Amino acid sequence: MRYIPLTENEKRLMLDGIGVTSIDDLFESIPSQLRFKRPLQVAGPMSELDVDRHMAKLAGMNQLSCLSFVGAGAYQHHIPAHIPQLATRSEFSTAYTPYQPEISQGTLQSVFEYQTLICELTGLDIANASLYDGATATAEAMLMANRSNSRKTFIIPKTVHPEYRLVCRTYAKNLGFNLIEVGFTDDGTTDMKAAADQAGDDLSAIIIQSPNFFGCIENWEEASSLAKARGAFSVAVTTEPLSLALIKSPGEYGCDLAVGEAQSFGVPVSFGGPALGYMAALTKHVRNMPGRLVGETIDKNGKRGYVLTLATREQHIRREKATSNICTNEGLCALMATIYLSTLGKRGLRDLAGLNLSLAVHARAALQSSRKLKLRFNGVGFNEFVVDVGMDARKAHERLQNEGIIAGLPLGDLYPELSTCLLLCFTEMVRREDIDCLVHELEAL
Amino acid sequence: MKLQEKLIFEKSRPGRTGYEVPTTTAKPIDPAAYFGKFYRKDIPEFPELSEPEVIRHFVNLSKLNYSIDEGLYPLGSCTMKYNPKINEKVAAMEGFCAAHPYWPERQVQGCMRIIKELEEMLCEITGMSAFSLQPAAGAHGELTGMLMVKAYHDSRGENRDIVLIPDSAHGTNPSSAHICGLHVVQIASNERGGLNIEDLGKNLSPKVAALMITNPSTLGLFEEEIGTIAKMLHDVGAQLYMDGANMNALLGKVRPGDFGVDVLHINLHKTFSTPHGGGGPGAGPVGVAGHLEKFRPVPIVEEAPGGTLRFNVNRLDSIGKVKGFFGNFGIIVRAYTYILNMGPEGLKAIAETAVLNANYLRVKLKPRFNLPYDRICMHEVVFDDKRQAPKGVSTLNIAKRLMDYGFHPPTIYFPLIVGGALMIEPTESEPLEELDRFIATMNTIADEAETNPDLVKNAPYTTPVLKLDEARAARTPVLRWKPAAK
Amino acid sequence: MNYPQDRRYTPEHEWISVTAGVGTMGITDFAQRELGDMVLVDLPKVGMRLEAHQSIGTIESVKAVSDVYSPVSGEVIEINEELGKAPEKLNQDPHGAAWLIKIKVSSPVELEKLMTSDQYEDYIQQKGAH
Repeated sequence: MRYIPLTENEKRLMLDGIGVTSIDDLFESIPSQLRFKRPLQVAGPMSELDVDRHMAKLAGMNQLSCLSFVGAGAYQHHIPAHIPQLATRSEFSTAYTPYQPEISQGTLQSVFEYQTLICELTGLDIANASLYDGATATAEAMLMANRSNSRKTFIIPKTVHPEYRLVCRTYAKNLGFNLIEVGFTDDGTTDMKAAADQAGDDLSAIIIQSPNFFGCIENWEEASSLAKARGAFSVAVTTEPLSLALIKSPGEYGCDLAVGEAQSFGVPVSFGGPALGYMAALTKHVRNMPGRLVGETIDKNGKRGYVLTLATREQHIRREKATSNICTNEGLCALMATIYLSTLGKRGLRDLAGLNLSLAVHARAALQSSRKLKLRFNGVGFNEFVVDVGMDARKAHERLQNEGIIAGLPLGDLYPELSTCLLLCFTEMVRREDIDCLVHELEAL
Repeated sequence: MKLQEKLIFEKSRPGRTGYEVPTTTAKPIDPAAYFGKFYRKDIPEFPELSEPEVIRHFVNLSKLNYSIDEGLYPLGSCTMKYNPKINEKVAAMEGFCAAHPYWPERQVQGCMRIIKELEEMLCEITGMSAFSLQPAAGAHGELTGMLMVKAYHDSRGENRDIVLIPDSAHGTNPSSAHICGLHVVQIASNERGGLNIEDLGKNLSPKVAALMITNPSTLGLFEEEIGTIAKMLHDVGAQLYMDGANMNALLGKVRPGDFGVDVLHINLHKTFSTPHGGGGPGAGPVGVAGHLEKFRPVPIVEEAPGGTLRFNVNRLDSIGKVKGFFGNFGIIVRAYTYILNMGPEGLKAIAETAVLNANYLRVKLKPRFNLPYDRICMHEVVFDDKRQAPKGVSTLNIAKRLMDYGFHPPTIYFPLIVGGALMIEPTESEPLEELDRFIATMNTIADEAETNPDLVKNAPYTTPVLKLDEARAARTPVLRWKPAAK
Repeated sequence: MNYPQDRRYTPEHEWISVTAGVGTMGITDFAQRELGDMVLVDLPKVGMRLEAHQSIGTIESVKAVSDVYSPVSGEVIEINEELGKAPEKLNQDPHGAAWLIKIKVSSPVELEKLMTSDQYEDYIQQKGAH
């Protein structure tokens, strides 16, 4: 029992002090017929070395020795060595939500820095301290728009990440929301004409992801003017926020809200979680924001400090009238992103985005030069795009697995009309030679 | 030691960088030309620092925090226990942290095995029939659980839209129910701190979807009438939801599935030792009784013939997805590791020791602090400030004064049904000396409140910042840094 | 604190004083002390018609939110714009400069049902004023 300090002797002394004879006396409020009488049937206990070996074996059941070209909402980027090292410091990782600001300035200030970085990146005024992930952040954006304008129709095109749409549907189920999934055009972007036709007086928000699920850059400007004309919210979503280093921000395009996934910034993919949902908004929406907010103030000597603020939006005060039920967020992942963005800084982030772009453009060109393969969409993209392999993409994907290549994501299950297509992603984790190898293998199919 | 750290933006110097991009033989692309009208010229206020400066900044910031690795962190209902370091090592194993959620199933059998086995372990520990590990936090588990309850009633053609919630509940309960389109009716507590059965009876009707109960309650008391309560609900076709935030007290001693719970969430970041991370990430798995199994979020991990695992997304009755991918896997793997570390006897010892420690504090603090519900408690004990109030010393003052003595304060002013509540949860991780040091400190503060109340009222004195002006922060919110006007 | 005699009080801790058919209302000193440092006052629009006991808006302190109810029926004819900029005035002068709204009272008889200052002081005493 290496995590429990008390000795039998000490327990005895404590029981005496309490005035009971046995530990079981302390459980007397549990009716005896309800008590659990047999030992639990779970594995363990194990010594640390045994646990380590056991877990290493399980980790080894995952096959990593492959060339992966998968993104689709979870991106493999290089994580500088100091990021996990700093983020796993006890002072950060074993602290609770900073309810006591006097002894939580480390967490509070880093969240304030995180909020600032997200504001800068999205071009919006305010950002919260994080949400669970991109999918739930999108659902929260939908709830927030509804709280603000009491309308129930949402345009959320098919170009938005399929999982985000599914999560929005789940959240919307009992609230009487109408989610309209408009289609896409040949360039791989949202059919804005269809969106405009569908946008009526009950439109609460139009939710546009860019780069979208196919990796194509969308026109947030058009979306936000459509929203404005209907008095609705324009919500910008990103799954790969590295793109914002080189692409105009939601704020510049007049969006009300920007939400999405920031796992790209120093957080490992970890089989899809924990990730990092972010949300930024115009100042006028501040009292409607879900999640925690950190604000600057001064202490009684006039020294600058940080506190959780506007807490009256939250459930411990407002209960069912709260702006959201979110309480625990992804604080440590937000810290990783803060360290990551501070490290890369203004230049590093843009250079890295530029490298991702160069690799993707190289891949595009190489694939285009093939007779068998073609780009499915001709829209401008960042580090992801869709290629048509001219055969059942699932089969193609399986064959390349045998060569140690994971050729992106076959799209047929998600979009039956794209059953011959693969969604491919190119970050700095793949080299030019790897791309050439991928193209070669795809051609050889 | 520094007591203040500039903001990272204020340390920025043009031209510095902490990162160099890897070299490539791919032809460089000019983004301005490539993106055209979409091109962004700059991210104006992004900082520019070298790597050592970044390290110093965050190390210095970390020193301004209090953490469980420094000492007792008796935040009631938060279960601030020791977070074993082997969990961190395991979660960081490349096999886990580099696994992509969209890799082919055959390549991620290790991850899937852990999801499947943790579900099974949690079923055994809680007595529920099935689990979903998808929810990312306790409140997210509540939402998921209540969506399943709603789907269950809907599937039976019953339109039930009322949820009953005790007045002692966590604020997330009503808030989560609200997102499910349910209306909240509050149920009173009785004088023993349990649910008022009479009030419950009065509010039961065919419109009631569920009761959301926390057991042990936020007063740290086991609901003695839980069997009766479950029967009352089931008799009118309603479901019993349990907020398992306080599961630490029950491990190996009693199982919610055995006392009639239909759906519950637990918090891996409380009971199962995953670090709180200054606010997250956590995980809020949801367990269900057999009749709710088919409503669980998709995908479900199941065993294919031959023993390999696969994801099943085709489940017609599922409420759908509540989160991207499969949940907070990095947290799931830590909890799994923890359970292996502890084993059956260890899990039971957690509950027993946590309850022993709480009762020790209860008995030792009772001479100086008012105990509104004077009973044997479970994992936490709730005092209030009635004895100190005549001198003008409040719960807040006591909490702040504790910091001067090197402790994190307990949860304060919660549950709402105890005015000036001080809710203390020591967990099983504390050595006796640390408990005794806490008791001695609380007694000292009680003395100070008698003899020198102003000393307590103006605390803290020794923290990196002193009492902060929260009103100022809320009146004119400053939520981001901006450069001084040039 | 002394609760002025020239006005009536509600169980929800609002006060109202009426001159020439126009009622001025606010929250009591007890209420401001219970709520603590005020940060936001959300008031109705001029012209809004009110029923007695109807919620007219909310006031927020650092740690609480409270609905404010109209003591009487009538119509909102003026709101205290100052409070939007300086909510802390509610803490400083709740019975004076920090009035909330002025109401054209439609049914003066409703005032009779409200508490006098003596009754209100007894009432808050019973509430276990600490």
